[in-house]
Amino acid sequence: MTEVLEVSGLKTHFFTHAGVVKAVDGVDFTVSKGEVMGLVGESGSGKSITGFSILGLIEPPGRIVDGSIRFNGDEIANAPEERLKTLRGNRISMIFQDPMMTLNPVLRVDTQMIEAILAHENVSRQTAWERSRDALGLVGIPSPEERLQAYPHQLSGGMRQRVAIATAFLNQPDLIIADEPTTALDVTIQAQIIHEAQKLTKRTGTAMIWITHDLAVVAGLADRISVMYAGRIVEQGGIDDVIDRPLHPYTVGLLGSVPTANRRGQRLFQIEGMTPNMLALPEGCAFGPRCQALTAACSKRPPIKDVDGRSLRCFNPQRTKETTL
Amino acid sequence: MTDTVTDHSLTTAKSPKVETPFQRFRAEFFESRIATAALGIFLIIVLLAILAPWITPQNPYDLGQVSVMDGRLPPGSEAFDGYTMWLGSDGSGRDLYSAILYGLRISLTVGLASGVIALLIGMAIGLVAAYAGGRTEAFIMRIVDLQLSFPASLVALMMVAALGKGVDKIILALVIAQWAYYARTVRATALVERGKEYVEAAQCLGISRSRIVFRHILPNCMAPLIVVGTVQTASAISLEATLSFLGVGLPQTEPSIGVLIANGFEYMLSGRYWISVFPGVALLMTVVSINLVGDHLRDVLNPRLKR
Repeated sequence: MTEVLEVSGLKTHFFTHAGVVKAVDGVDFTVSKGEVMGLVGESGSGKSITGFSILGLIEPPGRIVDGSIRFNGDEIANAPEERLKTLRGNRISMIFQDPMMTLNPVLRVDTQMIEAILAHENVSRQTAWERSRDALGLVGIPSPEERLQAYPHQLSGGMRQRVAIATAFLNQPDLIIADEPTTALDVTIQAQIIHEAQKLTKRTGTAMIWITHDLAVVAGLADRISVMYAGRIVEQGGIDDVIDRPLHPYTVGLLGSVPTANRRGQRLFQIEGMTPNMLALPEGCAFGPRCQALTAACSKRPPIKDVDGRSLRCFNPQRTKETTL
Repeated sequence: MTDTVTDHSLTTAKSPKVETPFQRFRAEFFESRIATAALGIFLIIVLLAILAPWITPQNPYDLGQVSVMDGRLPPGSEAFDGYTMWLGSDGSGRDLYSAILYGLRISLTVGLASGVIALLIGMAIGLVAAYAGGRTEAFIMRIVDLQLSFPASLVALMMVAALGKGVDKIILALVIAQWAYYARTVRATALVERGKEYVEAAQCLGISRSRIVFRHILPNCMAPLIVVGTVQTASAISLEATLSFLGVGLPQTEPSIGVLIANGFEYMLSGRYWISVFPGVALLMTVVSINLVGDHLRDVLNPRLKR
C-alpha cells in the first residue's frame, strides 16, 4: 500500500480576539491509495478544519502553526499558493456538505464542470465536455447530456451531490476529502451517494477522507476510522476493531448513542455535558469532564499509545462487550 | 441497490426544454400588470424619441423651420407652415410636440449613457474593494462615503459648473455624481457572495482568482445592480432636467426636457400653462415608468421577498 497522504503533528490554530482557538491540535494519520478513512467527531471537533488545512484553505485569523502534511511524499503544509492551486481540484478534491450551496446558482452544470477541467489541463472544450458527460454517467445520472445543460436549481439535492461528486472525480485526483457529503440528504439518497462514492474509489483507486458525525455512515463505508475530540484524534484503527470493540470512552459513548433496532424501547445513551469551549479546554484529558471512567491519572494529558493494533489517547481503555452497529 | 438507481425527481424534471434563470425571471416580471404597463409606456417613449425626426412636423433645432410668428400658441392651433400644433408652441415658436420628442432623445441618451458608464465604473471599483479588502477597501469606501454625504444634485451642479455646457460634459458630471451608488451596491453584494460556499468550492477546484471574481461572483451580483441601475438611470434623467432647468445643463439651442420646462416657467402665471406642463408630464411619465419597472425588478430579484 502506498501512502497518499501523511499528516503528522498537524496544528491549526485560530488567533481570535478572545484568544487562541486550537481547532486542530496535533493530528496524525495516513491515508493509503484506495483507502477510505472515516474522520468522525461532533461539531467543532476540528474535522473540517483538518480537511481545509490539507487543501491550504485556512484563512486568517487561522493558520497552520506546526506539523507536516505530506502528499505523495511532498510537503504541502504552508506551501506557496501557486503550488497548492495546482493540487486543488486536480490531485486533491473536495466534496462539501450542502450541494445546494456549492454549485454556483447562475452557471449551468456544464460550465462549472468544464471549468474545473480547463483550470488544470490544456484540452479542448469538446474533450472537457465529453469527460464531464462521462463523469456524470459514472455517478448514476441518467441522460447526462441533458443534465449538463441544467442549472443547479433544476436538480434535486441528490442529483446535485452526484454532480459535485462527479466534479470531484473529474481530474482523477489521488485524494478526495468529503466533508459530510450526505448530511443534507434523505436517508435513501444518502445510501445511493455512499454507494456511488464507494464504487468510484474502488474503481479509480482514489484515497478518500470521509468527514462525518454519523458513525452509521462510516461503519458501512470506511476501511479505517479516526475519532476526533476537541482538535485531537482520540482513537484510530481498523473499522471493525473500533466499531465492534471501541476502547476510548468517547467512542463508546458515540456508538452507544446511535439508535439501533436491538435497543428499541430503551433509553438512548447520551454523553453527558457538552463539547468543551475551545478557548478554555480542561487541563489534562479534554474529554475528562464528560468521561465516566475518569481517574486521577486523567489530570494529565493522555499521550498516544498503541493498544490492540490501534492508536489511542486514553489512560483507561474500556473493555466493553461487543457493540451492535 | 444497483447502478441504475434513479431519483424520482428525474421524471419531474425530465422536460427537454431547460428553463434558464432569465426565463423564470421574465415570467415572474410579467405577472405584475403595473410593471408590464410601465415597461410598455417606457418602451413607447423610447420608440417615439428614436423616431422623432420622422414623426414630428418640425425639427426644433433647425432655426429655419422655427418661426417666431408661431410663439406661445395654445394647443391645437395651426402653425404658420400649416400643420396643427397639438400641444401648442413655446416662446420661440417651437412646436411643443416636436420639441418634447427631440428633448426626450437628449434626456434618454444622457440618462442611459451616464447610467451605463457609472455602472461599469462603480462595478469595477466595488469589486476591487470587496476582493482586495484591507486598506484598499477602506480607502475606496471612505471616498464613496464622502461622496454620498453630498446630495447627487449638488455634486452634479459643481461638476457642470467646472466642466461647462454640452451633452458630453453633462454625462461626465452625472457619472461622477452617481458611480458611488453602484460601487457601494456591488461591494456589499460581492462581500456576501464571497462568503458563500460555492466560492469556497470553486477555490477547492483550483480555479483562478480573477475567474472566481468575474465568472462566479459578478453574475451573482447582477440582481441588485440591475435594480440600482434602473433607479439611478431615472434619477440621472431627472438630474439632467434639474441642471438644464437651472440653466447650467444643455444650451437653449438644443433644448432638453429641462430646458423646455424652464422656458415655459415665466409664462405659467399668465395662463400659458402648456409650455411647461406638457414637457413636465413627459418627464414625469418617463421617470415614473422607469421607477415602477425598477421597483418591480427589486421585488422579483430579491430572494427575501420570494413568494
